[in-house]
Parts: sequence; C-alpha cells; structure tokens
Amino acid sequence: MAYLWSLAALIPLNNYGHYIHWGVIDISVANFIVVVLMIIAFVAALFLPFPGRSRRKESR
Amino acid sequence: MSTAEIDRQWTTRLRKRATGHLPPEKLLPDTQPAYVSSWIYVFGVTTLAALMMVILSGIILAIRGPQWWHSSAIGHFVNSTHLWSVEIFFFAMIVHLWGKFFMAAWRGGRSLTWVTGVVTFLASVGTAFTGYVSQTNFDSQWISTQAKDGINATGAGSIFNVLNLGQMLMWHIVLLPLAAVLLTAIHVLMVRVKGVVPPFEENGATK
Ligand code: HEM
Repeated sequence: MAYLWSLAALIPLNNYGHYIHWGVIDISVANFIVVVLMIIAFVAALFLPFPGRSRRKESR
Repeated sequence: MSTAEIDRQWTTRLRKRATGHLPPEKLLPDTQPAYVSSWIYVFGVTTLAALMMVILSGIILAIRGPQWWHSSAIGHFVNSTHLWSVEIFFFAMIVHLWGKFFMAAWRGGRSLTWVTGVVTFLASVGTAFTGYVSQTNFDSQWISTQAKDGINATGAGSIFNVLNLGQMLMWHIVLLPLAAVLLTAIHVLMVRVKGVVPPFEENGATK
C-alpha cells in the first residue's frame, strides 16, 4: 500500500489554493476545470454519434 | 361480496390506478423512440448509477464508522469511493439538467418530472453539505465554523445548527438521503408514466 501514498506527493496540498478572479466571479481552479469538463461532456454528448443508431434506423 | 363492493375496495382502486397509469410494458419497455439514441440521454442513468454507488459506499461507511474510515487502508478506499461517486453524481446530474433544459423536457404535462428533478437537486446539495461537515476531521471543522456564520445570519441556525455533529450526521445519513432517494424514485417513475418527451416540431411549434 505504501507506494500508493507516494502518489499523493504528485499533488502538493500544502500550498494556498489557486483561484481565478474575474470581476464578481471568484472560482478555484479545480472547480473551474470541473465546469469546463461538464461543458465538454455536454457538447460531446450532442455531437458524438451514438453506437447502434444507424443500425437501428436501417431496420425500420 | 358484490362486484360494486369489490370495485370500491381501496386495494382494487389502487391496483387499477397504478396499472392504468403504469402497465408493466410502460414501466419496463422493450424499445424507445429513435430520437432517444443520443448520448445526452445517458446522463440521467449515469446519475442514477452514481447515486446507487453513493448509497452503497455510504452504507459500508455507516457499518464500520469514523475510526475505520480515517485509519485503515480499506476504510480510506471506501471513503474515497463515496466521495468520487458523489463527484460523478453531481457532474452527471448537471449535464442531465442542461440537456433537459434545452429540450424543454417539461413540455406535455411533464412538469412534475422537472420539479421533482429540481427538488432532488436541492436535497442533494443539502446532503453533500451535511456530508462535508460530518467527516469528523479538520476539514469538517473548518467548513462548519465557516458555514455557521452564514446560516446563523439567516436565522435558520436556531433549528439547524451546523456545529452540532449529531444533528448534521442524522440529516446526512437519514433525512436527506431518504428524501433524495424517494424523490428520485418519483422522478424516474414520472418519466416512465409520461414517456420520453418528443423533440420540438420543425416549424417551431412547441406543443
Ligand atoms: C438524483 C438526480 C437525478 C436522477 C437520478 C435523474 C434520473 C433521470 C432519468 C434516469 C431520466 C430518464 C432518462 C433521461 O432522459 O435521461 C430522467 C429524465 C428527466 N430528468 Fe432527471 N434525474 C435527476 C435529476 C434531474 C434534475 C436536477 C432535473 C432538472 C431540474 C431533471 C429533469 C429531468 C426531466 C425533465 C426528465 C424527463 C425527460 C423526458 O421526459 O424526456 N432531472 N431523469
């Protein structure tokens, strides 16, 4: 298990957090990344082809 | 007993109402309309799957208790499973919400589906918050001492005391999860009762 603990050393947690200040908006970099990932997931869900879609259309 | 009497029994009436609104083939359908084959429909089910993982890992945490989840390797693992399932739960729920917003999925008598979604979201935020203050570590002490000022300023602190660990833990593992799970059940049943909302008409009519 010990080697797993050393993985935690990859991310220094003893510093101050990083924040983005943009007018009235204050957001931590971590939260900002999550919001960006949600937007990417949303757009990808709209445009990526859904597996089996064409097959199902043919059988109709 | 006459048939009129049988028809008046509450068991008969309840069964007829339930099967009328939700016959088995509507509850567990074989096929879905063609427009449902899009990734955007996967996020509701992802939210549901993540919620199941949250409940399952939470049950294990409750069985073994704080000493265990703070000090053993497997306890840390289950604790992390609980946290990361919550992260996936909220991530998927928000993308799901955006999808339903842009589809205006409350159309055609589906407002209860939307509203149960909104209330589930609020209950989930409360569950997450009470979870953060129930960790029993420095993080939870920090969060609760920060939060008390905001909540006391609203006056709610007189009945909802974020510094009261016993109260917060009970909200986190009894009241709020119960509400979230019940609301989710109604939400998903409403989707089955009403069927998946059809796309907008091409001429822009909303229906
Ligand atoms: C615990 C959180 C939630 C779970 C587990 C959940 C689950 C689901 C599932 C499985 C479906 C059917 C499949 C789909 O269309 O994706 C659905 C549909 C729907 N959800 Fe949610 N949902 C949640 C939260 C929300 C929220 C926060 C909203 C919006 C405020 C929302 C609005 C809707 C609507 C309007 C539909 C109906 C779509 C239709 O009729 O086509 N849900 N939900």
